[in-house]
Amino acid sequence: MAALYRKELADHLNSNRYQLLFCLLLLITTASLIGAVSNLRDAVSDSSEFIFLKLFTTSGTSIYSFATFIAFLGPLVGITLGFDAVNNERSLGTLSRLASQPIYRDSIINAKFLAGASAILLLVFTLGLYLCGAGLLLIGIPPSGEEVLRILIFLLLSAVYMSVWLALAIIFSVLTRHAATAALVSLSIWLFLSLFMSLVASGIANALLPVNGIEGVANMIPNYELNLALNCVSPYYLFSEAASTILNPNVRSIGVVTMSSYVGAIAGSLPLSQSLLLIWPHLVVMVALAMAGFAVAYISFMRQEIRA
Amino acid sequence: MSNPIIQTQVLTKRYDDVTAVDKLNLEIQEGEVFGLLGPNGAGKTTTTLMLLGLTEPTIGTAFIDGHDCARDPLAVKRIVGYLPDSVGFYPELTGRENLRFTGRLNGLEPAICERRINELLERVGMTYAADRKAGTYSRGMKQRLGIADVLMKDPKVIIMDEPTLGIDPEGMRELIALIRELSDKDGRTILISSHQLYQVQQICDRVGIFVKGKLIACGRIEELGRQLQNEGNYILELQTAPADERLRTLLAELPGVRAVTVDKDGGFEVESKQDIRHEITMLLAQNGYTLLQLRQRGGDLDEIYRKYFEKAGEQHEHSDAQKQSGPIRGIFRKKRE
Repeated sequence: MAALYRKELADHLNSNRYQLLFCLLLLITTASLIGAVSNLRDAVSDSSEFIFLKLFTTSGTSIYSFATFIAFLGPLVGITLGFDAVNNERSLGTLSRLASQPIYRDSIINAKFLAGASAILLLVFTLGLYLCGAGLLLIGIPPSGEEVLRILIFLLLSAVYMSVWLALAIIFSVLTRHAATAALVSLSIWLFLSLFMSLVASGIANALLPVNGIEGVANMIPNYELNLALNCVSPYYLFSEAASTILNPNVRSIGVVTMSSYVGAIAGSLPLSQSLLLIWPHLVVMVALAMAGFAVAYISFMRQEIRA
Repeated sequence: MSNPIIQTQVLTKRYDDVTAVDKLNLEIQEGEVFGLLGPNGAGKTTTTLMLLGLTEPTIGTAFIDGHDCARDPLAVKRIVGYLPDSVGFYPELTGRENLRFTGRLNGLEPAICERRINELLERVGMTYAADRKAGTYSRGMKQRLGIADVLMKDPKVIIMDEPTLGIDPEGMRELIALIRELSDKDGRTILISSHQLYQVQQICDRVGIFVKGKLIACGRIEELGRQLQNEGNYILELQTAPADERLRTLLAELPGVRAVTVDKDGGFEVESKQDIRHEITMLLAQNGYTLLQLRQRGGDLDEIYRKYFEKAGEQHEHSDAQKQSGPIRGIFRKKRE
């Protein structure tokens, strides 16, 4: 498996695809940094805490923030690196050669996933550190220890987020015969979960627990909770929420806050450990989604006939 | 002496309603070159896939060197090299890197790995192209690299699926010599599946004829030929001077002759129930004909193949294929000399 991992990683790093992706993201990072710096003055005027973190979350007048970009384009990275993982080997005719070597079949998938995840980790941390370095030069305010930790956790979170999509793309590369099919299916799931899931979730929640009419008052909270729960299927939602929590210490709670629990609360930022506690479920759900997908991929790949 | 290295028992594979391989019982001895013959879609590839554990048999078992192919595929894959019919390599890697990758997957020590790569590249005549990307290779080159790739793990058993497909005659000659050498010099057991009879005839010690998932005949080529003759299928090819209509009538009147046809070169083809070579030479001498050429057909795999196909067709009509192929299968249990 180590041999396979090494080869896959080398393939990724040498591929035009990876290099193109890298350049694209580098460009986007630069753009978002410029946007953030130009609007940083306004953002700081609201609160002057954690200025360095604002580099990641502040959006320019016409450009998204880095965190938003990652949330939206991260899936593309995962899908691009994974959609042809297995079916490309099949069409090259190398899969039957590979499968007739004395290695377990699951290690083929594992090695491909780990190699892809390593490539993603490298990509994300390079971009993150580039953003930090350039940001430091531009604004001249060094980050505090907690800020550095938060940034590292955010980058790790981004890598996990992209890896979930990588896993999804690998699953479809096992299930479908053509790389193009796998890519299209993955992309459509990405678009659905990123753009339409919130609409679908609120639609279902409203249909099941209507908020207008006489029962509306009683349904208010269950409706919202169902809405949230449905949204949690989408890695996009999970990541956006987790990222904003970890990058913005002023986010104190996720979900329903009643007036009674809000009254009398002392305004202040959360310590890192409490922010982590808030996003822990998100991380677990993302890992669980990837695992469930993997189970499907394993089962179908184990029993698949490998014909040249 | 009798030591089957590949053994299958009632091996069966069904796809939905199609039976690709039907109750295959096969024994292949250590060190032998066995040819699995049959038309496209006869179940040859499916059989090889089941032997490698690349697909699961519906019923039955297959053993290679004592390892169950379905339950312990890893042990099987350690000693079996597989050359698929259209072997593929990673186009971005050079030939040498592709081999190195296979070596690593087999857990070879780097030093041994490098030495073996050089040896094998030399052996298959690919040293000159070893450092070119595999994407630029021609089909023949890929096939040769494929053989080197199979040999990387130093297998006891080699399974080749249509190895001669799409190779030019020169490459074919080299390939056949190489396969023969792998068997004779290295003592490896080789299983070749093919529909190209001539090559198989040149390489194989024994052949099995496969039609519609069933093994309808199995044995040495001469034995199969003899078997057909015992059933009263003799074909003589005859060239005489002159070759006229009178001779044709005379030939047709000989006892046991079923049909006389004129072939495209003006010779005769005489089908008979028994060996009539003696009678024919006497007849020619008495009537003043000169014998130019006389050949008994039947030792030819082409002929055997065709005959068995005809028989298989008849058996399907009678739908008792098993009973009829019984005596033929007996051959293959005979000891090898």
